[in-house]
Amino acid sequence: MSLPPLVEPNVELSVDEVRRYSRHLIIPDVGMAGQKRLNHAKVLCVGAGGLGSPALMYLAAAGVGTLGIVEFDVVDESNLQRQIIHGQSDIGRSKAESARDTVNQINPLVTVNLHEERLDSSNVMDLFAQYDLIVDGTDNFATRYLVNDACVLLGKPYVWGSIYRFDGQASVFWAEHGPCYRCLYPEPPPPGMVPSCAEGGVLGVLCASIGSIQVTEAIKLITGIGETLLGKLMIYDALDMNYRKVRIRKDPECAVCGEHPTVTELIDYEAFCGTISDEAAEAAKDSTISVVDLKRLLDARDRGEDDFVLIDVREPNEYEIVSIPGSVLIPKGQFLDGSALALLPHEKRVILHCKLGGRSAEALAVVKGAGFGDAVHVGGGVLAWVNQIEPEKPTY
Amino acid sequence: MSTTVRIPTILRTYTNGEAEVAAAGANLQEVINDLEANYPGIAARVLDDSGQLRRFVNIYVNDDDVRFIDGLASATADGAQISIIPAVAGG
Repeated sequence: MSLPPLVEPNVELSVDEVRRYSRHLIIPDVGMAGQKRLNHAKVLCVGAGGLGSPALMYLAAAGVGTLGIVEFDVVDESNLQRQIIHGQSDIGRSKAESARDTVNQINPLVTVNLHEERLDSSNVMDLFAQYDLIVDGTDNFATRYLVNDACVLLGKPYVWGSIYRFDGQASVFWAEHGPCYRCLYPEPPPPGMVPSCAEGGVLGVLCASIGSIQVTEAIKLITGIGETLLGKLMIYDALDMNYRKVRIRKDPECAVCGEHPTVTELIDYEAFCGTISDEAAEAAKDSTISVVDLKRLLDARDRGEDDFVLIDVREPNEYEIVSIPGSVLIPKGQFLDGSALALLPHEKRVILHCKLGGRSAEALAVVKGAGFGDAVHVGGGVLAWVNQIEPEKPTY
Repeated sequence: MSTTVRIPTILRTYTNGEAEVAAAGANLQEVINDLEANYPGIAARVLDDSGQLRRFVNIYVNDDDVRFIDGLASATADGAQISIIPAVAGG
């Protein structure tokens, strides 16, 4: 559906700006008025990571007058495969500052506001109120529901994108004119069911495919041109190289934008989405050992003074990158479907680990439920092991 | 009825990596039953323990989200294109 322009064109373009944006100005649909709208627009990008990188760079180049960046993280080497707003020399720097420097380099006429804080229920409303439109480049369900609900409550358009391995999705949510994120996905998946990019990986260039769609939609919303993705879901499959669009309906039963909303103010999104399941949290309570404990146990086993089985519940390609000496690989899926249980020795203690401790806690719940009462898992997983015991090994 | 089902990356471990598979059934429930018969385990990823559609997975028959038509009873005409679209949060 056609929407009115989000932003008024009440600024004047300088001579420098006219020169810089000339390729926009000569497109009849954009023209002087469209470029003035962009210039007058305030866009907030939540996250300067995979999606945030191309989004911020193209928003800056397009001449969006004010860009806000919400980001509290620092640049890690493993980000550089896809987060192209950061470079080698930025490793260890604040992502927000690194992103600002790149934006300034692309277009010094853009005003950049840094919000170096974790977005939560306490700050989101004040922050979003300062902007016309929100572009979402976050990496977790809790923040996405938080962003959606705040946008609905404030009446802001929400340009959404999401990626995993080779698949991407994008849409525009705006409860005043169409559906919101909860109309599409009423509830988040239970913790542990849908892997994150850190767990499952993501093709770096997928960020550009989806981030560029988000910027296209933001520009269309600001200038009021074309048909936006409001009420439509774009689904991209990089392996098949196809884009499909399906309709999203406004759900009259929607908890936040429906006819009888039950969510009328912000809620506790961490609790809503969970980080690990209740079962996993219960299993891990009093059954978590540290990597230092594990090292001591492995040394004792080497001396023949102890016996146990150390099981790595990650995926084979993760095991190939780095592993703890003496571990055997049984991926988490085999615990969830029960097939791993037949492989476990009943006479030995079972010790589980994964990358960070989330998946091993899920597997621990299954193992304990099957009667292995003395089973434990390793807090912090193989990353903590490399950090504290074998720092010469790679991390990912 | 013969339908084609689009499988998202996240569920392709069940379909030997296939992005699109054939499944038969006059309605969505029958199509899912047929999928499960050929690709064991996949039904549990779209249906919960009580057999209802999970709230974070959307299934489209052609261009229609089945939550807004007849859910699992939604008719699947011959040649229907069925899409499974799970929530992902990566960014």
